Formats: sequence, structure tokens, C-alpha cells
Amino acid sequence: MGKTLAEKILSAKSGDNAKAGDIVIAQVDLVFIQDTTGPLTVRQFHESGLKRLARPERTAVFIDHAVPSPTHTLSNDHLVLRRFAAETGAIMSDIGEGVCHQLVAESLARPGDVIVASDSHTVTAGGLGAFATGMGSSDVAVAMGLGKTWFRVPESIRITVTGRFRKGVSAKDLILHLIGQIGADGATYKALEFGGDGINQMSMSQRFTVANMAVEAGAKAGIFPADGTAQKYLVEQGRAEDYQPIYPDADASYEKTINFDLEQLEPTVARPHTVDNVALARELKGTKIQQVFIGTCTNGRLDDLEIAAGILKGRKHHPDTRLIIAPASRRVFLESLEKGYLQALVEAGATVLPPGCGPCLGLHQGALGDGEACLSTSNRNFKGRMGNPKAFVYLGSPATAAATALAGEITDPREVL
Amino acid sequence: MLRGKAFKFGDGISTDHIIPGRYTHLRSNLPELARHVLEDADPTFVSKVEEGDFIVAGNNFGLGSSREHAPLVIKMAGVRAILAKSVARIFFRNAINLGLPVLICDTDGINDGDELEVDLSAGTVRDVTSRQKLTFGEIPEIMLRILDEGGLIPYIKKHGDFKLK
Repeated sequence: MGKTLAEKILSAKSGDNAKAGDIVIAQVDLVFIQDTTGPLTVRQFHESGLKRLARPERTAVFIDHAVPSPTHTLSNDHLVLRRFAAETGAIMSDIGEGVCHQLVAESLARPGDVIVASDSHTVTAGGLGAFATGMGSSDVAVAMGLGKTWFRVPESIRITVTGRFRKGVSAKDLILHLIGQIGADGATYKALEFGGDGINQMSMSQRFTVANMAVEAGAKAGIFPADGTAQKYLVEQGRAEDYQPIYPDADASYEKTINFDLEQLEPTVARPHTVDNVALARELKGTKIQQVFIGTCTNGRLDDLEIAAGILKGRKHHPDTRLIIAPASRRVFLESLEKGYLQALVEAGATVLPPGCGPCLGLHQGALGDGEACLSTSNRNFKGRMGNPKAFVYLGSPATAAATALAGEITDPREVL
Repeated sequence: MLRGKAFKFGDGISTDHIIPGRYTHLRSNLPELARHVLEDADPTFVSKVEEGDFIVAGNNFGLGSSREHAPLVIKMAGVRAILAKSVARIFFRNAINLGLPVLICDTDGINDGDELEVDLSAGTVRDVTSRQKLTFGEIPEIMLRILDEGGLIPYIKKHGDFKLK
């Protein structure tokens, strides 16, 4: 019997013939922490009696969630992380560099890697053919020290996509539609494996968007094959040597297969307060929105800002709707400056934040008032998510976000394209 | 044998309900952070829960973020076990890693305030109030061993490595 992508990677990294349901101990190729979960990880690391990092050059510390620090207590947390990186030799990524998952995608993740980190959206690197998953501080502390961790090898759900996205429709609409179909626990403990002819025309950025939200269906990982698109991406990032092709076996065994025709998809929005509460953007016409946020590990990349700038260039956001933009990394920031996307967005009335996560989780910047609604390109809309349990968060694509910023109400982007 | 009363919650209680992102600045001040446990699901919970009580929930408890602070503040509030119809993956692992048992069973028949008796070794829950008995699903062997040591950090402190066999 052949192997799924998850079984292939976990077999290679454990030395076992890993099949769904097995418990294996696998080598960890990259481990990282960020500033909201990192201080507890550092504490657990010291408490565990582990003395040093198994591989400092493959361990990274990111300060990206509270940047620049809004309070002295978070500044003290940042000091703990900087000190830990200096003492252990870990890679240090400080404020302004960007969101951990974007930087991992740009510079650290490799096809076939096992990646664990103390952040649930670690699954993003699955877009590049890695088995990447989020864990808590204790697990990550131990993985940093031992260079390995245990896994239950997940069953896989195969998502086979065909066709092409129509104008105004993108990867965000695909993953929101999928989560709406299978539910917020539709893939709990399982891996989502993406394939089919339709992925050939999906850019790496789009694949990261899809993989990023696998966890919103409960999945342990969301994995794409490492194909020519992945190879081209790595070459462009100056790390051609990191490429190896990875495909599932033709006779791999899946718990089930779900087919999607991309031609059939329409702009999709998740309504408050669960990610699986989806509707079509056009069905929500008339829903007033006070804030639009474009950014995050889900949709803060160059092509996302290009789409938003394409819609907003030469226009102004609705007077009752604030527009906030946060590029996902310094590289995205610089490239979107060079290409004029940020110029167009700022001229349209956008407020630009430094690369980081703050508004998405209600940590700081962009917190909502009582009764306000935000259309965000992020990945979660739980009650209280953007800083206020009396506010409402809708999730959509960068195109839907830009169209909504123009109209002041949820708008199908095909109306303005 | 654990004995305490049930605090009933519905489906889809996320880590944001358990400990919202707006309190991130308190994460290195755990006693202060714990004062906000489950605030966005039930603001009165923290003032009512007592040492030894149980959280009883529906489907997909603990979905969302990997923040280990979520099971940590639940444990600090005195909760000795979580009973749920199903639980999100990262939360499940985090709770076990902190020595907090998560028991999967059909919780529909348990009402808020019911007196419960949980027998971890027998795998049973007795609802003293409604006089019904439930059995909960098996926990994987490796997690039982971690639970036996009081969590992952004490486990590693003692064994220095994962012992599968």
C-alpha cells in the first residue's frame, strides 16, 4: 500500500514504516516560538532540565505578535526571548521583520521537513510540502531540546481540485468554502492533503493561504506536494538547494476524497463567530462594516496587496469604513513599496501598520468598539477575537476586503472589478 | 477518584473564549491572567468554580490557538478534569502535557451543577445528581505515561527522553 504525503514525511523522519494511526518519534527539522507563547516555552525548557538546543541553527525565535511592544509587560517578555536566543544561539527575528509563518515560508521551511512551533498556524509551511504543525509550549520546549517529538500519524483527507479560479475568486474562497463544507472539526486529528490539476495554477502564496487555514478545520497539517511551483519559489528565494520533489503515492489510502471544481467557486465569507459559518459574499450585501483589515499569515503577502491595490487605486475607502493594512514581512513591505501597491493603498486612505500580527488576535492596534464589525483577511473570527467580545468579525479574501472597504458594506469583488 | 461539580459549556469553546488575546500582556503574570479564565464564554465562571470541579463541554472544545495558557489557567482555577464530546487536537495535547485529564464521552446527559465522580483508572464518570454512569474513551498509552508523571515537563525531567516501549 502506498503512502500519503504525511505518511511519507513521517516515515522518512522516524525511520519507521509510518502508517495512519501509528505512534512515531520523528526528527524535527525546524522548531520556532513567537512572543505570545515563547516566554512560557522558555520557562518550560529551563524547567525540563534540558540544557541546550538540539540544533540552534534550525531553532528560531520571532517577535511578531506585539510589535512594537504596546506595554512594559510585553516588553519584558521580549527581553526574555532576546536573552534566550543570545544564550542558546537560536536565530533571532526581532520587530519589523515580519510574521513568523511568512518568514519561515520565505527563508526556513523546506519540502519534506517536520516543523513544529508554538503557534497553531505553523501549518502554513505545508504549502511547501512540509509536515508542519502547531503545538503548545511544553511540546515545543522538549522538541527544541531533544530535536524530536512524538506524533500519532494522521489519517489523510484528500482534497482534489480541478479547473481554475474565476476572476475575483482566490485561494481564500477555496479554503473558506472547504471549512464551511466539512466544519470546524471536520479534519480534527487528520491531515488535509491537496492535489489535482487545479493546484498547478495555484501560486505558492495561494497554497500558503490554503495550508494556513487547515487548522480551522481542526487539521494537524495541510500539505501540498512539492512540485515545480515549489521549486521555482525556492529558486526565487535564493535557496534552490532546499528543493526536493515530494508527491504522494498513487495507491495511497485516504479516509475520504473531496473534489472541488475551482470554476464553481464564488467569493466566500465566514460570518461571526465561527470559521465554518460561511456564506457567499453576495448573500451578505448590505452588512455594514466599520473596519477592513488586510494582512496576517493568511493574506498579507505581495499578491494579496497587489489585488487590494488593484481595486482601490485611484479610489477612496468608504467614509464610514476604516482601512488597515499590515504587510506580512519586511520583504513584502519593501516589494509592495517598490511596486506602488502601498502608495495606491495609502492614497485610498489606508493606515499602514508594521509587519506583525497584532490586530488579528486583538492584542493591540485595530481593536473594535462595541457593536462594530470588521471584514478581515485573517483566519479566525471567534467571539472576542479582535479585542472585544461585543464586536463581530467576518473573514474574506483580499479582493472581498478591498471591495468592502470601497462600499462600506460586504461586497462581492466582482461588482468592482 | 475525583469528585466535584459540573460547569456545563456548549460546542465550539475556543482558546479565545478561554483566554482572549486582549490579555496577552498578562501572560507572564499567571495569577492575574487566570482571573479571566473562560471570560468570553461565561464571565461568572471564575467566581463560581471551586477546587476539584469539572468542565463539561460539547464538541470541539479548545479549538484555535496553540496557547498552552488556556489549559494552564483552567487548571489554575481548580478544574481537575475536562469532559467533552470531542476536543481540538492541540488543546488535548496541551492539557495532558500539564497533567490535566481530558475525557471524551457523551456529555449530553450531564447538567450544569451536577455532582460528578470521575474514576480515571476505571474510565468511568458517575453523575451523582442524575444517577447515570458514563464511560470515556481510551487515552493513547504515551499520553497516559505523561499524565502519570504529572505532565510532559516532569516526564522529561525524569526520563530525559520519550520512552515508547
